[in-house]
Amino acid sequence: MSVALNRECDLLIVGAGPAGLAAALEAAPSGARIVILDDNPRPGGQIWRDGPGVRLPRAARRLRSRVAAAANIEILCGARVVAACPPKALLIEMPEGGALVSCTKLILCTGARERLLPFPGWTLPGVTGAGGLQALIKGGLDVAGERVVVAGSGPLLLAGAATARTAGAKVLQIAEQAGREALVRFGRGLWRWPGKALQALRLWSPVYRAGSHVFEALGDQRLEAVRIRSADAVLEIACDRLACGFGLIPNTQLGELLGCAIVNGAIAVDALQATSIADCYAAGECTGFGGSELALVEGRIAGLAASGQPARAAGLAPQRERWRRFAAALERAFVLDPVLRTLPTPDTLVCRCEDVPYAALAGCRDWVEAKLASRCGMGACQGRTCGAAVEFLFGWSPPAPRPPLFPVRTETLLRLADRRHSPPARPAEPGR
Amino acid sequence: MPELIVNDRPQQVAAGISVAAALARLGHGTVRISVGGAPRAPLCGMGVCQECRVRIDGRLQLACQTVVRDGMRISLETLLGQGGQG
Ligand SMILES: Cc1cc2nc3c(=O)[nH]c(=O)nc-3n(C[C@H](O)[C@H](O)[C@H](O)COP(=O)(O)OP(=O)(O)OC[C@H]3O[C@@H](n4cnc5c(N)ncnc54)[C@H](O)[C@@H]3O)c2cc1C
Ligand code: FES
Repeated sequence: MSVALNRECDLLIVGAGPAGLAAALEAAPSGARIVILDDNPRPGGQIWRDGPGVRLPRAARRLRSRVAAAANIEILCGARVVAACPPKALLIEMPEGGALVSCTKLILCTGARERLLPFPGWTLPGVTGAGGLQALIKGGLDVAGERVVVAGSGPLLLAGAATARTAGAKVLQIAEQAGREALVRFGRGLWRWPGKALQALRLWSPVYRAGSHVFEALGDQRLEAVRIRSADAVLEIACDRLACGFGLIPNTQLGELLGCAIVNGAIAVDALQATSIADCYAAGECTGFGGSELALVEGRIAGLAASGQPARAAGLAPQRERWRRFAAALERAFVLDPVLRTLPTPDTLVCRCEDVPYAALAGCRDWVEAKLASRCGMGACQGRTCGAAVEFLFGWSPPAPRPPLFPVRTETLLRLADRRHSPPARPAEPGR
Repeated sequence: MPELIVNDRPQQVAAGISVAAALARLGHGTVRISVGGAPRAPLCGMGVCQECRVRIDGRLQLACQTVVRDGMRISLETLLGQGGQG
């Protein structure tokens, strides 16, 4: 492929979810040339994931059409950031080839992924994440008439179940590991966020069971049933799908690669959403779990700050504070029960890329030893799935990400050389 | 309706859906075989876990983040013993 795919811009935003789109829209009136990158085929991120038959909420449609109407915003979908090329360029891979995108300022809006925890049978086809099943359905997966069990923890269980039901699935049970008391306490506090209370009522399901968790998925080549445990009973439910996720974890890999400080597993930011490195901001769930409302206001602040409007950015702080309090309440309500650490048996696979069983890790002291002994975390997903599981199971901090962040084509890596051979197409601006 | 060629067999699928959704609709509940020889299917649905990687037009790509296109060739290495990283 040619150098033609390479791009230069004033503001580069990684992630076209609520945070990234809101950031672009606030920065657009400054006239900056803005590029938004996202690895999904369509913009929207997780909550506003678009696809055939998806009917997006009004707010999402409005935001997307305003972004589309801005002449100085370019959205590149199907573009995955795979490496950093200092100073101030990222290497991306698109279906048509690799490219370098250089920028003056950068906003990371890389969102969050689901925490998936191992238990016997979790590798069987038919077992997915809870948000994972929702995402697959939005991509056109047909679940009409299928029996679905949803399990794990967090508000995503109700959202995933609602999507499955609307698509014609029979949701047999929603097993939430958090206890009833914690949820009742959370529910009582919801009046402070009336929109969220309404949403909870709308998504509420009579098959929701607090204080219960799946401890085994059964089947030979495919899922056939699940076993669920609660305080007073063990239940076996025959089903076609298990959608199981245990909350969200921030996608910090790109931030880490760039050298941004990470605190409590999230990209650390100041009051203006600036990270610890110059000209680099971060917003949305890569800076900590909090839902779309928080992602939107953080995105707006980052967009304003990155386009030279710090006073307006600072004015949004109270809104951000309100949604941060909501995020804190969620976090308190859905703390993971330590009993979930006891679910894997010695032969339960923990690393699905390299098929490493629990027993191979149990005797190790840390990640380094585990990798040497077993190749855990060294497969295609680069520890994105097992890293979070192992952190929960053994308390080991996940290994530092290394470029390329995802498996890439060799031609893509060759694009790194463009930077050295071809001088920038236009003179560098002050502050570059 | 776009036509996919899955393991040399032409098959029609709905437009705009992901390759992951198309393969499931065509009855391929398993999309790859793990290094240990076990059947696997899409897990995260969002480009993180890499469980859905399949050979599309000769290159390993993520089925959950690829939209079907007319004439796309997909080869699944799902027969036991034929698996591995590919
Ligand atoms: C699977 C899933 C489903 C969810 N469903 C709901 C729901 O139904 N309701 C709800 O209220 N909340 C849901 N959430 C929570 C949701 O994450 C937030 O509400 C909101 O989407 C966060 O917005 P964001 O902009 O911070 O990040 P996101 O919306 O996650 O957007 C980040 C984007 O960045 C992209 N990205 C990340 N890394 C790279 C890279 N290296 N290169 C290119 N692109 C990259 C991602 O693919 C993604 O599109 C879901 C979360 C997950 C993980
Ligand atoms: S299903 Fe996880 S990457 Fe596609």
